[in-house]
Amino acid sequence: MIVEIGHFALALALGVAVVQSLVPLWGVARHDRALASVGSAAAVTCFLLVALAFAALVTSYVRSDFSVENVVANSHSTQPLIYKLTSVWGNHEGSMLLWVLILTLFGALVALSRRSLPLRLRAGTLAAQGMVTVAFLAFTLLTSNPFRRLVPAPPEGQDLNPILQDLGLAIHPPLLYVGYVGFSITYAFAVAALIDGRIDAVWARAVRPWTLLAWVFLTLGIAMGSYWAYYELGWGGWWFWDPVENASLMPWLAGTALIHSTVVMEKRDALKVWTILLAILTFSLSLLGTFIVRSGVLTSVHSFATDPARGLFILMILVFFVGGSLALFAWRAPLLRQGGLFAPVSREGALVVNNVFIATACATVFIGTLYPLVLEMVTGDKISVGPPFFNATFIPVLVPLLLVLPLGQSLAWKRGDLLGAAQRSLAAFGLGILVALATIAMTWGGPVLAPLGIGLGVFLVAGAAFDLGERISSRASGWPAIWSRAKGLPRSAWGTALAHAGVGLSVIGIAAVAWSTEAIGVLKPGERLTSGRYTVVLESVMPRTGPNFRAEVARFQVFSGNRELKPVEAAKRVYLARNMPTTEAGIRTDGLSQAYVALGEPQDDGGIAVRLYDKPLILLIWIGAIVMSLGGALSLTDRRFRLATPRRVKAQPVAAPQPAE
Amino acid sequence: MTAVEPLRPLAGKRRYTRKQRRLMLIGAAGLVLALSAGLVLFALRDTIVFFYGPTEISEKGVTPGTRMRLGGLVEQGSVVRGPGQRVVFSITDSRTVIKVTYEGLLPDLFREGQGVVTEGVFQGGDQFRADSVLAKHDETYMPREVADTLKKQGHWQPGGAGGSSPPSKPAPQASP
Repeated sequence: MIVEIGHFALALALGVAVVQSLVPLWGVARHDRALASVGSAAAVTCFLLVALAFAALVTSYVRSDFSVENVVANSHSTQPLIYKLTSVWGNHEGSMLLWVLILTLFGALVALSRRSLPLRLRAGTLAAQGMVTVAFLAFTLLTSNPFRRLVPAPPEGQDLNPILQDLGLAIHPPLLYVGYVGFSITYAFAVAALIDGRIDAVWARAVRPWTLLAWVFLTLGIAMGSYWAYYELGWGGWWFWDPVENASLMPWLAGTALIHSTVVMEKRDALKVWTILLAILTFSLSLLGTFIVRSGVLTSVHSFATDPARGLFILMILVFFVGGSLALFAWRAPLLRQGGLFAPVSREGALVVNNVFIATACATVFIGTLYPLVLEMVTGDKISVGPPFFNATFIPVLVPLLLVLPLGQSLAWKRGDLLGAAQRSLAAFGLGILVALATIAMTWGGPVLAPLGIGLGVFLVAGAAFDLGERISSRASGWPAIWSRAKGLPRSAWGTALAHAGVGLSVIGIAAVAWSTEAIGVLKPGERLTSGRYTVVLESVMPRTGPNFRAEVARFQVFSGNRELKPVEAAKRVYLARNMPTTEAGIRTDGLSQAYVALGEPQDDGGIAVRLYDKPLILLIWIGAIVMSLGGALSLTDRRFRLATPRRVKAQPVAAPQPAE
Repeated sequence: MTAVEPLRPLAGKRRYTRKQRRLMLIGAAGLVLALSAGLVLFALRDTIVFFYGPTEISEKGVTPGTRMRLGGLVEQGSVVRGPGQRVVFSITDSRTVIKVTYEGLLPDLFREGQGVVTEGVFQGGDQFRADSVLAKHDETYMPREVADTLKKQGHWQPGGAGGSSPPSKPAPQASP
């Protein structure tokens, strides 16, 4: 019964979404306030209905209702409760339901937000969001219905894919989806602005919080996925330039550019047309990602059930929304009033540089991801574009951007002083050079470029910190004055500095990968294996039984030089329902570095194959991402986004420092 | 922007017209794009790796020493382990068999009779030295290239051994 209620609620939601996507536009066209306001109620209703459907699915998973096909295929009665819950989105149908849930949640949030939005903008936005909702609800109901019954009901389920039975993966999809789907709101805002034919700083200020919110979650989601791949797949890699990863990286890059261009639009009323285009492209890339992931047109280390009907349906959604919005853009964008002028050397000029480089980097990822598909269609040749391609294209495009980032963030709005900015960044640059030189000296004979990467990271972190220090302490004397200036600085300034410092931390972590080492050996109890700074001694290998798996657990003592760290356990599990093995890596964190142990096959002579990695400073990669999203979250709490009445741009506390002269 | 604005002289305090500024912007963006397009073309020539099935190696005349991906089924009973971390196995598309030598740990889901994709260097004859064996997340999954290769050789049974799962049973999958 619950299942049928869920199914019915979902179908009802589709009807409400149709209302949400048509009536507000009709109201706007007829200048009917009542009709134009229908979108809000519809959006909230739609969310509640989808939430009801989602709750119904969750209930059938928790109760292990094996009369539901989706539950049978992805759950097992012996699974711990937490994994019964996460099984809900550990499969195609359930994750599409989660996708729609988040889509409608964002619609409802826009409908309920107390920010004073012009009625026409709100109506248009909710209508556009409604159209996306209609498409994905129809997709879910027609091709991926999670509520399908199975008669007769089997006594036991087939278990969730063991590799997904992991806490990291439990929270990775929701985070990622909030990010992916969150960009639908910026898309809806852009479409609404194009329909309305008006775009201004009010629009930018309305869009920015949503963009930031989506970006924060996407950042966390990608980082979580990367860390999961690192510890769960047992090969110590954290990024593979795999199509599915690229699918999430592209919207992230476009979203990053969007965050920066909306600032320009908000403060200086410039870059309007470009920002609109970027908002459309960002969500288009999210849709493209969904298509890549769900259709299986590209071979990926991630595996997904591929069903041509689904792929075609998503392709149609993709073509409709990308093509439709771009056509709307081509038609309406020339009508938008041109934005303000600005000098090339200024904060806004620097943000344009940011946009140019990030968009280019995104384009290289796009080409690398889709080129194999195009080539196969044209010539029939099958190729793989792997890390060497992206190392040769993506990194050379991003590094110059990172090099000028500290300069850009210390430039003033309107007319900047390049020399002054260079002087202000000099200390940070010097520090970066010093650290790079020290690293070269310490690791003489090692990798050549990595020390420069470390120096670049230090430059970014120090640049962010010094810039903040400059803003707080310039023209202020004495601690009380500094304190009050620090408090008076807008949260977005702190957020910017934090996010940029986070980029620096990640760069350091990524550069340090060059010093990671790997050793493989066959060990019997008492034998040792050394890789880099770490040595492990195999203590014992013991069988163990979990709720739904059997495991061989190897226990190791870990030494860093002569210092003994806490012991670590690595395991090979076999999940009983699917008879599928997984590797559980043993990871010992040592400061920011990690010793990483993975088990291989047992050998005939009684030994066991062991792989040991020394991963120096690896944690910085993800810590950097977390710091970036903290920066984004801090900007989100900025006063100007909380006030109902937007503050005048000029009333902002000085957002840029006076040039130090 | 319909009327053509006269260009102001650049002497003295430099003030750019809207058009000039826009041109500068577009020029700079174009430069970055051109440079990266160069990088992309250069990289596409040097860094991509072709995928072949066992039969295609001789059909397409792959020269020894070529870096490539090789995919197919791991032949039943062909896996020989040792000494040390060395593993030798055969990849087949039921017509041609290629012997693969690999040094290192195999992914969890490497099994005889299952699909596999390896990357490495073709040694000539029927020898291939792999430096990576790609791990797949799940046991019912068949790499698309391998499926295509097998289809081409007429040995593809959907739902059969090593095939993709039948459409009535949604295959397990990883979320993105």
